[in-house]
Amino acid sequence: MTHPLHELMRDSLDHCVKCTICETYCPVAAATPLFPGPKYVGPQAERYRGGDANADASLDYCSSCGICTQVCPQGVKIAEINSQAKAELAQRRGVSLRDRLIARPTLAGWMGAPVWPVANWTTSFGPFRLLLEKVLRIHRKAPMPRWAGRTFQSRTRSRRKAPDPAAPQRKVVFFHGCAANFYEPGTASMAVQVLEHNGLEVIIPKQGCCGLPLQSNGQYDAARAYVRRLAAQLAPYARAGHDIVATSTSCGLMLKREAHEILGVDDDDLRVVSERMFDICEYLVMLDERGELKRDMQPVDMEVPYHAPCQQRGHGVGTPAMELMAMVPGLRASQVDAVCCGVAGTYGLKAEKYDIAMEVGRSLFDQVRASGAALSVCDSETCRWQIAAATDRPSVHPVEMLHRAYGLG
Amino acid sequence: MRRAVVIGAGLAGLVAGVRLAEGGMRVTMVAKGVGSLTLSPGVIDVLGYAPGRVDSPREALGAFVAERPDHPYARIGADALEEALAWFTDRVPQMRYRGDGPRNLLLPTAVGVPRPTALAPASMAGADLRGGGRFVVVGLSGLKDFFPRLLADNLARADLPSGAMVGARHAEITASPRPGRADVAGQVYARALDDPAFRGEFAAALRGLAEPGETILLPAVLGMARAGEVFDELQERVGAPIAEVPTVPPSVAGMRLNTELTGAFARAGGRVVLGVEAVGATGSDGRISEVLVRDAARTRALPADAVVLATGGFSAGGIALDSYGGLHEVVLDLPVAGPPAGVAPLSERHLDHQPLMASGVAVDGMLRPVGPGGEPVWDNLHAAGTIVAGAEPWREKSGEGIAIAGGFRAAGAILEET
Ligand SMILES: Cc1cc2nc3c(=O)[nH]c(=O)nc-3n(C[C@H](O)[C@H](O)[C@H](O)COP(=O)(O)OP(=O)(O)OC[C@H]3O[C@@H](n4cnc5c(N)ncnc54)[C@H](O)[C@@H]3O)c2cc1C
Ligand code: SF4
Ligand code: SF4
Ligand code: SF4
Repeated sequence: MTHPLHELMRDSLDHCVKCTICETYCPVAAATPLFPGPKYVGPQAERYRGGDANADASLDYCSSCGICTQVCPQGVKIAEINSQAKAELAQRRGVSLRDRLIARPTLAGWMGAPVWPVANWTTSFGPFRLLLEKVLRIHRKAPMPRWAGRTFQSRTRSRRKAPDPAAPQRKVVFFHGCAANFYEPGTASMAVQVLEHNGLEVIIPKQGCCGLPLQSNGQYDAARAYVRRLAAQLAPYARAGHDIVATSTSCGLMLKREAHEILGVDDDDLRVVSERMFDICEYLVMLDERGELKRDMQPVDMEVPYHAPCQQRGHGVGTPAMELMAMVPGLRASQVDAVCCGVAGTYGLKAEKYDIAMEVGRSLFDQVRASGAALSVCDSETCRWQIAAATDRPSVHPVEMLHRAYGLG
Repeated sequence: MRRAVVIGAGLAGLVAGVRLAEGGMRVTMVAKGVGSLTLSPGVIDVLGYAPGRVDSPREALGAFVAERPDHPYARIGADALEEALAWFTDRVPQMRYRGDGPRNLLLPTAVGVPRPTALAPASMAGADLRGGGRFVVVGLSGLKDFFPRLLADNLARADLPSGAMVGARHAEITASPRPGRADVAGQVYARALDDPAFRGEFAAALRGLAEPGETILLPAVLGMARAGEVFDELQERVGAPIAEVPTVPPSVAGMRLNTELTGAFARAGGRVVLGVEAVGATGSDGRISEVLVRDAARTRALPADAVVLATGGFSAGGIALDSYGGLHEVVLDLPVAGPPAGVAPLSERHLDHQPLMASGVAVDGMLRPVGPGGEPVWDNLHAAGTIVAGAEPWREKSGEGIAIAGGFRAAGAILEET
């Protein structure tokens, strides 16, 4: 687990003044006594790790949501330290088959895609889910996405264009991530149409998984291999001057920062890609600031609760989704007062953590239900699945609201 | 719409942000982390020691600033301070701030020392020691870092105004949201008390503890989001007056204030970006046009017509000391006013006079940071809070007053410019 950046993250623990601010913001510590909190498992316990010393196993309840790092006034990289220590813990204990499987959306995706009607039936079939819980420890009620059949990649082969250094600004690269590829190609198509509506040509290169689920399940070597391969696929476009736009906010963040800070990947491909990577809402607001965003929006007379997932907050760009929705006439978006929905990627799927995840998200779910709105809006796919399942109403990506407003649907 | 960037999300930054947003500006607040409000006791100190204990800040302020011409209060003025405090309490109605006109209250700290403070939440004001009184200090057996016996013993020997007689004893209850544990944090109790079920259990445990004429003192954990309701209901069900005593961090009362003020900022249309560092600014003709912030992937330029610098002092990272003893303002590299030559920067005991800790940026009457000749460094840059030179808030008990009046005045100066 040692890499030069680990030392950098670790050194930051000396800045901890034990103010307990992180402890009061951690959504997991608020939900369960099993987790003693970020300061305890982070800067405090880290001093005793390394060598033969054993990490305190309560660390495993950290969901890696990253909120502690965002709120720490002293710049302690708490979540990063915890992620790295968790990976070490996982290596020492041995990574379970479950954690290997759920960490590979591409694998599960490819297994399911050709036989999707059967796959969808099994994931919604009670006895099968009980079996999954018994054998794999995946909670029987955990939200599972539905396979969409043909992948987004195979639907968009004609867009696999080469980089175009002659006109880099008119053409953007779309990075869709695994979830859109296998489960939500509709969201990805809408994103492409919204970009095109704004006069941009969209290139969709062949692309793999960013490795984030592997990282959060402690499988760092595999995660590094995945993210390096992806960076190599996208780098030629970044070098030609194309911006890269992502709808998956967590995968975008992985390429912007986490692969470097948590996995310690330090190569040129990743650097150029990270410089050019934009979350789609961030990108559209930037277009607007340049006066290039089309404002020909039709009224969408709706009230929608919006949740800024913590992965989105990690970008440090504010809440561009709220700004975009404010441009749509009639659309009344209000931001939910909650930090986390609980699922944290794959955390909330696990049988031993499902109840904690539901408790973490409780206030968010209550607010969405109380709003009476027909749907909710959120930038991250796993959060959307969790919120939709918990509130019995769809949860959509903000770009879908724009898609409606532009009359593209 | 004119744009303002506020750097820092502490009390000063939030106050400035709310006023600017209400004044019609488009405000973006950027902060490395949350401010020190969440650690503060939730009371509003204006002037507590000068250096003797202050009975009335309003009366003491004139002489105080006359002796300290470089103090932030000397720049702000007493009238602006009062206007700011009135404005502020209106913005946070759920805190239910109470004072005694121009006079300080005298409230017990977590260790039972009487501390002068100008405004306190109604849930705390009942512990005012100026008129003496009889108290039963009730500890919670599961709560860490609150010691009822220490508090009661110290209260009994406290330095009080002549004639004030205090009687104090202690008791303990075991009602706990996490039974069986001895290290439960304040916020866990507070969130549990928001829930009527635990509130009922808690009230039942308190009933009968107070003798007639006694006030129950409890650690300030009585509710988080629904604190007002929790307090009223407990008092009614227990049938005795109750007052909260602030705890060491994590401080629930500070968290309540932070939440309410952040909410007021959002409702006024302000946007907060947390977890990003401001690293500089660009501009010309004496005006900043963009603030540079470091986000997850790159350095971004935020357009700004006006900027408020509210990055706090040493503890928040607004001011840094290098290994050669050099002082630096970290975001804009502004000139820093440190201890005068020939004055020892630090003294031996922690709570003594520490001239170094008063370091910060010197400002003019519009709270614009100035250079050595007194001229503003940037015409549209204003500073507020602990970043401003000349105060030792923990000794003076002046931190909140300086932050509120400064944030209010800085925002006022910006709004007047239109
Ligand atoms: C534990 C504690 C207890 C205190 N108790 C009292 C008390 O009882 N009485 C009293 O009078 N005073 C007290 N104080 C003093 C306190 O400093 C003031 O009362 C007041 O809260 C300061 O507010 P501020 O807004 O100036 O700074 P802060 O609240 O410190 O906020 C500074 C903000 O700036 C941000 N920041 C810093 N650098 C950067 C950067 N480069 N880029 C972006 N953001 C940045 C920080 O993240 C933070 O959000 C206490 C302070 C502490 C720490
Ligand atoms: S918020 Fe930062 S400084 Fe405070 S206790 Fe947590 S890690 Fe330490
Ligand atoms: S990453 Fe999230 S769950 Fe983990 S310690 Fe930090 S705040 Fe808590
Ligand atoms: S699940 Fe959603 S809200 Fe929760 S940790 Fe992740 S991105 Fe954040």
